[in-house]
Amino acid sequence: MATTAVTAAKMPPDTAVPDAANVVREVRKQEVRRNILLSTPALIVIFCAAAGPLLIMLVYSFLSAGPYGGIEWKFSIDGWFNVFVQRDIFDDTLSIADAHVSILWRSVKLSLLTTFTCFIFGFPTAYFIATRPPERRNLWLFLVTIPFWTNLLIRTFAIMELIRNQGVINTVLTSFGLIEEPIQMLFTDFAVMIGMTYVYLPLMVLPIYASMEKLDFRLVEAAYDLYATRFKVLKRIIVPLVKPGLIAGSILVFIPSLGAYVTPRILGGGKHMMLGNLIGLQFGQGRNWPLGSALSLTLLMLVMLALLFYVRSAGKSTGGSHG
Amino acid sequence: MVDISNPNQSRMPRRPFSVKTQTGFTEMAIICFFLLYAPLIPLVVYSFNAGDSLAFWEGFSLRWYVAAWNNEMVKDVTIRSIYLASVASVIATTLATMAALGTTRIKPYKGQTAIYAMINQPLMVPEIVTAVALLIMFAWIKAATDYHGMAYLIIAHTAFCIPFAYLPIRARLEGMDLTLETAAADLYATPWLTFRRVTLPLVWPGILAGGILAFVISLDDVVITQLVKSAGQNTLPTYMLGQLRRVITPEVHAISSVLLAVSVAIVTAIFFLNRRIK
Repeated sequence: MATTAVTAAKMPPDTAVPDAANVVREVRKQEVRRNILLSTPALIVIFCAAAGPLLIMLVYSFLSAGPYGGIEWKFSIDGWFNVFVQRDIFDDTLSIADAHVSILWRSVKLSLLTTFTCFIFGFPTAYFIATRPPERRNLWLFLVTIPFWTNLLIRTFAIMELIRNQGVINTVLTSFGLIEEPIQMLFTDFAVMIGMTYVYLPLMVLPIYASMEKLDFRLVEAAYDLYATRFKVLKRIIVPLVKPGLIAGSILVFIPSLGAYVTPRILGGGKHMMLGNLIGLQFGQGRNWPLGSALSLTLLMLVMLALLFYVRSAGKSTGGSHG
Repeated sequence: MVDISNPNQSRMPRRPFSVKTQTGFTEMAIICFFLLYAPLIPLVVYSFNAGDSLAFWEGFSLRWYVAAWNNEMVKDVTIRSIYLASVASVIATTLATMAALGTTRIKPYKGQTAIYAMINQPLMVPEIVTAVALLIMFAWIKAATDYHGMAYLIIAHTAFCIPFAYLPIRARLEGMDLTLETAAADLYATPWLTFRRVTLPLVWPGILAGGILAFVISLDDVVITQLVKSAGQNTLPTYMLGQLRRVITPEVHAISSVLLAVSVAIVTAIFFLNRRIK
C-alpha cells in the first residue's frame, strides 16, 4: 500500500495516470482509518475509566444527597450551593460556608507559595545543570529525577519523620539546647507547604532546564561586554529567554499542588485540609456526594483556568521571542 | 579592576571571569540537591534501628526487615500491588503502543489532536477528581452487578497508566526513520512482517521504557486505589497510608526503604538503558 502511495505521489502530474490522485486519496483514507482503529482501544479505556466518569459526576452534582451516603434521584442545586454557602440547621439562615472558603483559600495560597519556593530552589538548580559540561548534564538531571520516581507517599513520610515533635530536627535542636520544647511543625500549613515543595520540586527543575539548555550564552557575553552587571544579565537576558520553561514549571507545580491529597493528609492532619481532602471527606465520613461532586468540579475548573492561563501566556511568550 | 588599597585582593587573584557564573546559584543548587536526598537518610537509617523507638538509636539490626517479611498482611498487600501493577502496565503498554502507532508516521489527520488530547486527559485532571468520579461510577456498577473483584482497580490503573506509557513510545516513533518500513514493503514484506521485523525492534526501547514507567506509576498510586478499592483490597501504598495514622514502628521504615531501593533500581535501569541506545 505504502509503495503505491509513494510512487504515485512522485510521478509528475503530466505523466500521471488519470486516477493517480484517486489512488493517493484512497491510500490515505485507508491509512487514516487504520490509525483511528489502532487508537480506539486506548480511547475506550480512557473514556470508561477517566473521562466518562467525570460526566457522571457532573450529573451527580445536581442531585440530592442520600441520608446514608450516595444520592437520591431528585434534582437539586444544593451540592453547588453548599460549596460556598451553608444553611443554619436551627433557623435556616444562610451564611458563607467559612470552612469551605478557608480551605479553598488555603489550597490556592499554599499552592502559590509552593510554586514560589520551588522556583527559588529550582531556578538556580536548573541553571547550575545547564552550565555543566554537556556530558555531565544527564547525570545531574538523573539526580533530580530519582526522587521524583520514588513513591510520593514515602517522600511525604520522610518529611513527616523529619519535622515530627520527636523527629530529627526537633531532637537535634533540643539536644544542642537551642530550644527547650519541640517546635510544633507537623500538622501546620508550613508542614504542608514544605512537603509539597519537596515532592514537586523536580517538576520545576526539568522544564526550566529544558529552556535553559537552549540558551545562547553569547548573548550573556554580549551583555557583559556592554557593562551589564550580573543581576542585570539575569533580569534582562536570562529570565526573559527561559520564560517558557519558567511558566511550564510553575504550572506543573501549581496544578498538582492544588489537587494534592496525600501530602496535606499526612502533614496537615484534619485541621489543615486542602481541597483534595475536603473532597475525599465528602465520600467518606461526610457522606455528601453531590457536594463532593460539586467541589471536585470546582477544583477541575480551577485547574482548567490555570491551564488556560498557561496556554495563553505560552503562546504570547513564543510570539514575543520571534518578534 | 584590582583595588590597590586592598592588599588581600592583589595577592589573591580573582578567579577568571566566567559569563556562566551567577552569584550564589551554585550554592543554591548544591543546597537543593542536598535537600532532595537528605530527608530520605533518617528514614533509611532508622529502618536498621534495633530498638522499638523512633527517637533513639539503639544499635544496628535487621529485625524490622524480618518483621516486615514475616508480616502476612504486608506479604498479602505486596503481592496484590505487584499483580495489579503488572496486569495494568501490560494492558496499558499494549494499548499505548497501538495508539502511538495510530497517531504518528502519517501526515496528521483530522481528529488526531483530539485523540492526542483524550489520551493525555488523565494527566490534566487532578487524581482526587478522577478518583471520586470512579468511586461514583463503580458504586453504581457494584450495586447493579454485585461484583467486587479486582477488575475495578485494574481498569482504573490501566486508564491512568496509558498516557505514561504512550509518551515515550510516541517520542521513539517520531524519531524513527520511515524509509525503513517503505524499504521492507518494497522487498515484498507483508504489513505484519514489516511490523514484526522492522517497526517493533526499532520501537522496542520506547515500549520498554513506557512499560516500566507505567509499572512504577501503578505501583506508587495511592489516591485512586484508596477510593476505588473494595474492602480487603489494600495495596502496599494504601496499607502504608493506613499505618501512618497509627503508632508508627520502624517496620514502616523498613518497608519504605525497600520500596525506595526498588524505585531507585528501576529508574537507574531506565537511565542506563537510554544511554546505551543513544
